[in-house]
Amino acid sequence: MTTATLSPTTLSKAALFEAQAVKTSARRNRLLSLPALIIIGIFGVLPLIIICVYSFLVAAPYGGVQWQFSTDAYLNFLFQRDIFDDTLQFTPDFLIIYLRSFLFAVVTTIICLLLGFPTAYFMATRPPAQRNWWVLLITIPFWSNLLVRTLAIMFIIRDEGLINNALLALGVIDKPITMLYTNFAIQLGLLYAFLPFMVLPLYSSLEKLDFRLVEAAYDLYATRRQVLWRVIIPLSKPGIIAGCLLVFIPALGAYVTPLILGGGVHLMIGDLIAQQFGSGRNWPLGCAQALILMAAVLVALFFYVRNTSGKVQHG
Amino acid sequence: MAEPRVMDIKDQPGFRSIAVICLLVLYIPVLILMIFSLNSGSLVTHWEGVTLNWYGSALLNEEFHSAAKNTLIISVTATIVSTICATLAAIGMTRVKPWRGLAAAFMVINLPLMVPEIITAVATLSFFALIAGTFGLNFGIGNLILAHTVFCIPFAYMPIRARLEDMDLTLEYAAADLYATPWNAFKRITLPLLVPGIMSGAALAFIVSFDDFTITQLVAGPGQTTLPLYIWNQIRRPMTPEINAISTILLLVSILFVSVSFLIARRRAK
Repeated sequence: MTTATLSPTTLSKAALFEAQAVKTSARRNRLLSLPALIIIGIFGVLPLIIICVYSFLVAAPYGGVQWQFSTDAYLNFLFQRDIFDDTLQFTPDFLIIYLRSFLFAVVTTIICLLLGFPTAYFMATRPPAQRNWWVLLITIPFWSNLLVRTLAIMFIIRDEGLINNALLALGVIDKPITMLYTNFAIQLGLLYAFLPFMVLPLYSSLEKLDFRLVEAAYDLYATRRQVLWRVIIPLSKPGIIAGCLLVFIPALGAYVTPLILGGGVHLMIGDLIAQQFGSGRNWPLGCAQALILMAAVLVALFFYVRNTSGKVQHG
Repeated sequence: MAEPRVMDIKDQPGFRSIAVICLLVLYIPVLILMIFSLNSGSLVTHWEGVTLNWYGSALLNEEFHSAAKNTLIISVTATIVSTICATLAAIGMTRVKPWRGLAAAFMVINLPLMVPEIITAVATLSFFALIAGTFGLNFGIGNLILAHTVFCIPFAYMPIRARLEDMDLTLEYAAADLYATPWNAFKRITLPLLVPGIMSGAALAFIVSFDDFTITQLVAGPGQTTLPLYIWNQIRRPMTPEINAISTILLLVSILFVSVSFLIARRRAK
C-alpha cells in the first residue's frame, strides 16, 4: 500500500479512516491462518520432532522406546554388533535397500519423463476443447486410489494373470513367466503409479510455451529435432524439474507398491521403515531410517529450490 | 489460430503415439479390474459371464459396512475441518499485507505434501503412542481424523488460494467504498465468489482422505478398519471378484469427486 509513504495531511479524513480499517482488518486477517497452523503444528510438525528424539533412544522390547540416550539406531544403520567379541561389523544390508530404492526412483523418473514429456507436449498442442478432456483423463488416475491401481497391476502380471494366460493360450510359452514379486513388478508398479505426476506439471509448463519462438526457430532453418532440443525443452525446464521431483520423491519413499508387488521379498525404504514399527519392534531404528530418507528428500528439494525461482507447482 | 501451418509447426513426430500409449497404459489395467468385478465365475482371472452378484455380496458384507462407516466418519469430518481451516488460512495469507513469517507459514501448510507419506505415518504413530503412554490420551477414531485433517489441509488450501488470487479485487474495494464493513464485504462479495474454490478444495480433501492407505494402516487401532484397509485385508485371503467390486466402488467414488473438482475449477478458469 502506498498510503504509508504519503503524509497524513494529504489524505482526507475518510481515506485515513479507510486505510486504518484496512490495516486493522489486514492484521486481524493474519490470525485466520492460526487454526490450520496449529493443527499442522501439533499433529504434523511435532511428530517429526518426536521421531528425531526417538531416533536417539533405546528400543523397548515390545515396540516403543526407553528413555535412554543412545546412538545405536544410527550405528545399526551401517553396522551390526558382533555377539561374541562386541566389535562393530560393517553390514550394508540397509544401505543396499536405500541404494536399490534410489535406483528404482531414478529409473522411474527417467522413464516417466521419456513417456510423459511427449504426452504433455501432445496435450498442450491440442485445440482447447480437446485439451480439457486430455487433462481430465490424466487427472483421474492422478487422484485415484493408489492401492487399487496397484492391485490392478497385480491382477495383470500374476502367474495366472491376463498376460500369462494370453501368452499360454497363444502357445508362446508353456509355463507362466513369474513377474509378480520381482524387481520388474516393483518397477512397473512405480511407473504406473507416478506417470500422471510427471505429465501434469509438464503440461502446465508446456501449455504456456510461446510458439512464436518455435516459429522463429523454423524461420532460421532449424530442423524439428533442433527445435525440440534447443527451443522447446530448454523453455520447459521448470516443468521438467517440477515433474521429476514430483515423481522422484514419492517413488523414493514408496510403500504401497513394493508392499503389494514386491511381496515382502524385495524391500524398498518405505517397507523397511514400516517393518521396524511392526514385526521389527525397533522404533528408534525406524525413526533413524525415516530421518535418513527425509535427508535425501531435503537434498532433492534443495536442488529444486536452487534451480527454480522458488514457485512450487502442484500439478 | 486454426490455420494448418500453425498446427504443423507444433507437431513433433511420434508424440501422438506416445500420448495414446500413455493413456492406454494408465487405463487398461484399471478397466480390466473393473470388468472382472462383473465376472460370474469365482476366480479373479477366468471370465465366465456377466453378473452383479459380487456387488451384492460386497454390499451385504458386515465387515464392508463397518469399514465404509469408519471411512465416511473419518473422511467427512476431516474434509469439513480441513476445508474450514484451509479457507481461513487462505484468506489470512492472501488478503493481508505481507507479514513476517508468511513464507514460513506457507511452508508449514504445505509441509504434509513435501514429507514422504511413510515418514508422516511413522511420525504420527510415534506421536499418538507417546501421548497415549504419557498422558493416557487416546482419541480412538479421533486419532485417524486428526492425522487425516493434517494432510487434507494443503490439498484443500491449493484451489482456495488459487481462487482468491485470481479474484478481481476491485469488487472488494467497491464494497468497501460503499461502506460495507469488512465482515459484510466478505460475506456478500468474497465468500460467494470463493465458493467454487472451496467446493473444489473440499472435493480434493475428501478424495485424499477417502483413499489414504499408508498413514491409516500405521495409525489405525483395532476395529478402525477403513475401506482401503479392508481391501488390503482381502488381498491376503483367497481372492474372489468381490475385491474387484469393492475396488471398483472406490475408484468410482474417486472419479466422481475428481471430475466434480475438475469441472468446478475449469468453469471458473475460462
